[in-house]
Amino acid sequence: MDVVLFGITAICALAGGAGVILSRRPVHSVLGLLVVLLSLAVDYLLLDAQFIAAAQVIIYAGAIVVLFVFIIMLLAAHSGEHAGIGAFTGPAAVPVVVAMCVLLAAGLLALVTRPVPAPSGGGAGSGPVPPEFGTIQDVGRALFGRYLLPFEAASLILLVGMIGAVALGRRLGRETTRT
Amino acid sequence: MSVPAAYYLSLSALLFTLGAAGVLVRRSALIVFMSVELMLNAVNLTLVTFARLRGAVDGQVLVFFVLVVAAAEVVVGLAIIVDVFRSRETVDIDDADLLRG
Repeated sequence: MDVVLFGITAICALAGGAGVILSRRPVHSVLGLLVVLLSLAVDYLLLDAQFIAAAQVIIYAGAIVVLFVFIIMLLAAHSGEHAGIGAFTGPAAVPVVVAMCVLLAAGLLALVTRPVPAPSGGGAGSGPVPPEFGTIQDVGRALFGRYLLPFEAASLILLVGMIGAVALGRRLGRETTRT
Repeated sequence: MSVPAAYYLSLSALLFTLGAAGVLVRRSALIVFMSVELMLNAVNLTLVTFARLRGAVDGQVLVFFVLVVAAAEVVVGLAIIVDVFRSRETVDIDDADLLRG
């Protein structure tokens, strides 16, 4: 049952990923990205990461995808189809892509031929985990315990991002009023 | 965990390669940005898989931080793309090749 579900989500994720990089219209790329994000959320549920699955849907599929759609609307409204340059880069990228594919093949081969090593220090492995694993209580306890300092640093990053976006936006406003 | 961990890791590797190829072959800055998100998500899947293998929640906490950083990155990155578009009327990454221009 789980394997079937994983197969469906894997096919959806790969199709969505191909859609992101191959479609000529940016809106179609965003839809492909959405498919990938939702498929991965299902995979997270299969991996007993309930909180991360919910955060994935809310933050990625909600906030970030909506932001992308807004920007596409904004740019397309200014320039029509021009904002969505469907073109690909020249042949210079081909050797690098081929090299990436060779690396990928090597990685997949290693995964197929050698088993994933068992975690040192006696982890759960592929056996069962306690029912509270990955719930919001479990993650929250780690987040506000051992990881309190990185958590506060993350809030600082969000503040910096907010200030950066406002500063860039203000610069834009001045330029448009001047011209 | 009835699905072998190698399956999740393979899916993650495939998605990462798709994202990297997208960064390399597309011209539109928006699509390049989406491909970066694809790569971030592939790494997240790896982290969640290993968190499950170890039975420790630390990997999921790391994914949470990746989500936060990705959100901040998207906000600033898209603001920069809009800025470049306003000044050059294009989001083609080959046209924006000057550090100061």
